Amino acid sequence: MVHIHPQTKSAAVNPLKSSQPVGAALAFLGVEGAIPLFHGSQGCTSFALVLCVRHFKETVPLQTTAMDELATVLGGPDHLEEAILNLKKRADPRLIGICTTALTETRSEDFARQIADIKMLRNEELAGTEIVLANTPDFDGALEEGWAKAVTAVIQQITRGGQQARRSKKATMIERITNPGERPGKRKKVAILPGWHLTVADIEHLREMVESFGLKPVILPDVSGSLDGTVPDRWMPTTYGGTSIADIQELGATVQCIGVGEHMRRPAELLEKLTGVPYVLFQSLTGLKNVDRFVSLLSEISGVPAPAKIHRCRAQLQDALLDGHFHFAGKKIAIAAEPDQLYQFATFFVGLGAEIISAVATTGASEILEKVPAEAIQIGDLGDFEDRAGDADLLVTHSHGRQAAERLGIPLLRVGFPVFDRLGSQHKLTVLYRGTRDLIFEAANIFQANQRTPSPETLDALRKRRNAG
Amino acid sequence: MPSLDVKIQDAFDEPACERNRSKDPKARKKGCSKPVIPGATAGGCAFDGAKVVLQPITDVAHLVHAPLGCEGNSWDNRGAASSGPMLWRTSFTTDLTELDVVMGHSERKLFKAVREIKEAYAPAAVFVYATCVTAMIGDDIEAVCKRAAEKFTLPVVPVNAPGFVGSKNLGNKLAGEALLDHVIGTVEPADASPYDINILGEFNLSGEFWLVRPLLDRLGIRVRACIPGDARYRDIASSHRARAAMLVCSTALINLARKMEERWQIPFFEGSFYGITATSEALRRIAELLVRNGADAEILDRTDTLIAEEEAIAWKKLEAYRPRLEGKRVLINSGGVKSWSLVHALMEIGMEIVGTSVKKSTVEDKERIKQVLKDEHHMFESIAPRELYAMLSEHEADIMLSGGRTQFTALKAKSPWLDINQERHHPYAGYDGMVELVRQIDLAIHNPVWSEVRELAPWEFNPAAEEQLPSTHTQIETASVAPLKTRRHDAGDFAEC
Repeated sequence: MVHIHPQTKSAAVNPLKSSQPVGAALAFLGVEGAIPLFHGSQGCTSFALVLCVRHFKETVPLQTTAMDELATVLGGPDHLEEAILNLKKRADPRLIGICTTALTETRSEDFARQIADIKMLRNEELAGTEIVLANTPDFDGALEEGWAKAVTAVIQQITRGGQQARRSKKATMIERITNPGERPGKRKKVAILPGWHLTVADIEHLREMVESFGLKPVILPDVSGSLDGTVPDRWMPTTYGGTSIADIQELGATVQCIGVGEHMRRPAELLEKLTGVPYVLFQSLTGLKNVDRFVSLLSEISGVPAPAKIHRCRAQLQDALLDGHFHFAGKKIAIAAEPDQLYQFATFFVGLGAEIISAVATTGASEILEKVPAEAIQIGDLGDFEDRAGDADLLVTHSHGRQAAERLGIPLLRVGFPVFDRLGSQHKLTVLYRGTRDLIFEAANIFQANQRTPSPETLDALRKRRNAG
Repeated sequence: MPSLDVKIQDAFDEPACERNRSKDPKARKKGCSKPVIPGATAGGCAFDGAKVVLQPITDVAHLVHAPLGCEGNSWDNRGAASSGPMLWRTSFTTDLTELDVVMGHSERKLFKAVREIKEAYAPAAVFVYATCVTAMIGDDIEAVCKRAAEKFTLPVVPVNAPGFVGSKNLGNKLAGEALLDHVIGTVEPADASPYDINILGEFNLSGEFWLVRPLLDRLGIRVRACIPGDARYRDIASSHRARAAMLVCSTALINLARKMEERWQIPFFEGSFYGITATSEALRRIAELLVRNGADAEILDRTDTLIAEEEAIAWKKLEAYRPRLEGKRVLINSGGVKSWSLVHALMEIGMEIVGTSVKKSTVEDKERIKQVLKDEHHMFESIAPRELYAMLSEHEADIMLSGGRTQFTALKAKSPWLDINQERHHPYAGYDGMVELVRQIDLAIHNPVWSEVRELAPWEFNPAAEEQLPSTHTQIETASVAPLKTRRHDAGDFAEC
């Protein structure tokens, strides 16, 4: 049984969290032709923008309703409308994803109503642009909640409900008759709702695996198209990849939904309610057993056995587990992360024989925390983390853990968001057979690089006993 | 204590600001921040500006009274360097939850937070930053700070610059006001001398002030306080006893310089350590002001000798780069550095300036740039990312010098780029700094990757592909001739100091 200790301090020291609207913005960035719009003061956007740019090393479209003092006192609907119209005029996005902030939520206006009014009054001007609202005050939740809320809002507001989905199947049938050569409807579609903690590489790899079963994955959000570090050949004011609006509308035409991470349960449930597509939730896709379950599921959906390539990946992971376990056994690990990532990494390390001596989570609301293989979880910040990680062999958290790592003299494995002082964080694999294999190698290499060389003094048992006495 | 509104009005009425003086009284009252346009705005808020200015003070605990976003999304992101205490890099925030906001617990939480920090970190002072939410719910941070200061016998300084009151620049100025109201003049130094100066608006990015300090040391000039770069609380508290001041980033702290002159008769001048001539001029003006205020006149000769020596060395080092950089075209896109001085040094070694931003330049600087550039169209206030992308992908410049905000616009256009703003990793101040800057420009332009990344894949090189290319170009050109007015609006914010 895990003991979950709530935060009791008044001063947070070295925050672990990135705020909720950032999570929502990241999710919106996984939709094609999107611009996230923060409803708050210009600083809210500026901070988030700088953070995202530092992490992804990309231009990131992110805008603000630029609430000033007057609008803060009198209310923000005019600013909201002006921002939406300006974005439409300048960039003609397919989606404007509105993320509210602490500033506007403290006023607690009826944003949904305001947006409905704007859509109605500006119907013609805004044609071709979806406007989606996520209520994401900074004073609640963190990345995970923000991401999940945005995905839920996208499904709620864009995906067609059951009847429409059936109609679209009919459309597919008509197409099949009129274009018999193409046969587009042949491949079964699978909806995949990845959590925020999956990297670009993870999503690409997931897609390949699903496709290798002859299935067509519809991934929402899909940052692998928009934040994968490519060089587009012209200036783009919006995201230039990601899930298309059409695919989101047609989510009801998938045969199965797969959520990755406990925080994706709500959007998956909503999709089921809306379209009848059943869902399966994977709390983690890292580790042999989890991936086995995933492969079995794909096999079952497709009616096809796992291809030889996947067998080979599995065998490589088995070998990595054999080669790697020496380095993990008995190691003390300290992790600070969002709940689902905490679970993902804690189970990974414990699965190789290591021990979690300190676990810090951003928020206490997630049910996954109960399953984290640690004695206790502190809801808190990197100050708490540093206080409890002194005996660890390895620290696992994002780049802000670098100060703690320096002070404690303990190596740091950088995972999550933000990672601003290392390149390629989005191209790091962390899921499925290959991602688990790579993680084993990465961590084992850190352990090996920091091994203490033996000396007569350190091994002299009598001397040690004397010193202790 | 005047209200925040009065403070803001006061910050806008800046007699030492040339641009402000040239306005009529009505325009002056409106202030200098441009209106923000929803959906087309870039740049930070007033809180951001205030924190940027104060955070490099190294032995102070900076406590942000806010929900998580304000501090959690922005901490540890600037490259100021400290020669001692590292407390400034530790992030403190009250991380207000919904419950705190709704139940009105926030003032109590702030008070307790100050106590926790005092007990665990023993800082020289605590700076408490107000933000949008805490201002909106009516937290009286000045009262809480006053009480905490009495109770914990520790300076607790309220910084009242919530984000929504305006731009980053306004926040810079409000930070200066906080220092004037609560810090400067609270400690009397025991060792005041006629050779004491203050440097205002120097951030010691990448430790670059340490390139300049030895020059001052050699002249026997002591930096009483460098605000804020590598500053200690006590330095600033006793900075009112300096005899002269140099204002480095004028748009950020001009109010501070002027008010210190009014209150404590510390004369100041605006100068820069970027560029060779600028560095020499700065040293000369410092010496002159000190002499006018009681220092021995012999320092003037010593200064001239030092300048002559250092300039000769620097120009000789720079000359080595001439063969490699002559004729290369530079686009300077940053308000943070005094572009005149840079323009001068780069042109001196034969580089061509195809454009420079003058957003933060003085009228005088603009005049000088105009004269050397011949074509005044090469001066701009700011430039839209789309337009910038077009310029760079057409290879109208061989390199862009700018800040991180436009980094990826340049890189996506496959254009060499060098960071000259706050996140940069190299020190550029003083004589050696200028040589370092030119060296970095050389390294950037001549990196072998450029020829590789611009090359099409072999299978892409066919007549069909060539035909398609011009159409993409037309698209870019059409985009770049958008009406000037809209271009201004979505221009990025390059206002970094």
